[in-house]
Amino acid sequence: MPGWLWLALATALAAQLALHAGRAVQTAGGAELEPPPGLAALRLASFGEREALARLLVLHVQSFDLDKVDYRHLVAWLRRLLELEPRSQYPLFLAARVYGESPDPARARLALDLAYQEFFVDPDRRWPWLAHAALLAKHRLGDLPLARRYASALQRHARAPDVPLWARQMEIFILEDMNELEAARIMLGGMLESGTLHDSAELRFLRQRLEELEARVSGAR
Amino acid sequence: MPWATLARLVLIEARRGALPWLAVLSVLLILALAGFLSQVALTESRQLELAVMSALGRACALFLLAIQVANSVLREMNDKGLELMLTLPFARWTQYAGRLAGFVACGALLAALFAAPLLLWAGPMAVAAWALSLALEAALVAAAALFFAMSLGQLVASIAATAGLYLLARSVDSIQAIAASPLADASAAHELARWAIDAVAFLLPRLDAVTRTEWLLYGPPQPPAYLAALAGLAIYGLLLFAAGLFDFQRSSH
Repeated sequence: MPGWLWLALATALAAQLALHAGRAVQTAGGAELEPPPGLAALRLASFGEREALARLLVLHVQSFDLDKVDYRHLVAWLRRLLELEPRSQYPLFLAARVYGESPDPARARLALDLAYQEFFVDPDRRWPWLAHAALLAKHRLGDLPLARRYASALQRHARAPDVPLWARQMEIFILEDMNELEAARIMLGGMLESGTLHDSAELRFLRQRLEELEARVSGAR
Repeated sequence: MPWATLARLVLIEARRGALPWLAVLSVLLILALAGFLSQVALTESRQLELAVMSALGRACALFLLAIQVANSVLREMNDKGLELMLTLPFARWTQYAGRLAGFVACGALLAALFAAPLLLWAGPMAVAAWALSLALEAALVAAAALFFAMSLGQLVASIAATAGLYLLARSVDSIQAIAASPLADASAAHELARWAIDAVAFLLPRLDAVTRTEWLLYGPPQPPAYLAALAGLAIYGLLLFAAGLFDFQRSSH
């Protein structure tokens, strides 16, 4: 092997490493979330693997920085992913559990409204997100009429046998004089008992949120 | 049986080549990628793993098989091995069917390999339905790759033709939906294009109806729809076999 070839190989490798060392890691956090493509385009791009594409795209959407992202685009993305794969609960989980808890009431309302509108497509499977939306509307937004509207819709339309009693009587649950922590504990316990919640990652996430809530409540005292 | 001997030779060649290692490496990489993605997921981590493994596993298995078929056939043609085989006292259809049987068996083994890890997350019935469907889909891809390799005689051209046919068959349903959109311009040109797309779809297999990830995520398919989808694969595979045999009989190999 000629020496110049070794030299060329080593130089090219060093240049490649130097190029990447000086380049910041690209994250979606700082980028702008564009509006979603049309449903037909997504179906075409999926080559029939809609379940996989929808789940990969939802991971892409959740990687954007919450403070900088345009919530109208975000909600449009979540709606489009639900159209692409209606049986996935992930977009509604993000809407109710992540984006709906935004400290900005206008942004939170956009996300909660998505959970409300999409609930009617499949009430027996999507009720947990509307239940949480009702809770957020009451405790975070302080909007009791909105919370009652969500609760009333849930009570009237969710008829599956695995819907727990507190959810079937959601309006009473909302009107009861309990704080957010107590209500969240009852919801989490009820969902565990009814078997609605079985994903370990989701359980971990919800327990973490409950701990954060407990810390915030005890800090407020 | 001469065709069985030829099929065995095809399998031996595949085993001695890089195919087994590439297949195992692909499975490991897909497992690693799916595991990584499930760590990022906040919910539905099992579904995400299954969906990624199913989609990538299906694509990898079929791609590896198409490459193996095209490469094996064209190497045999270029080394004049095919001409030597044709001097043996076997009918031409036996030569063609034997090779195809070997590649079909190769596809079935790949389907089993890519389906096995799915048993960690999905029920055995759903995985069995998915694996059988993938094996038949692989048989169809093997028939297409053999047909194109024999008729075109070039590696890149035959792989491109196989991939083009496969991807078109996977997406033609969506293309038809776009063409039939009520918002589209109702001109004569559009109508002609729509008609042409419908005509192309008529000549393609319904690959969007087979080896579906939803079987793994939401339970095995309904038997009538499943059997109809598999029958569609078998019919199209037979069509490709007949077309390939027709071309092989009349060719000057």
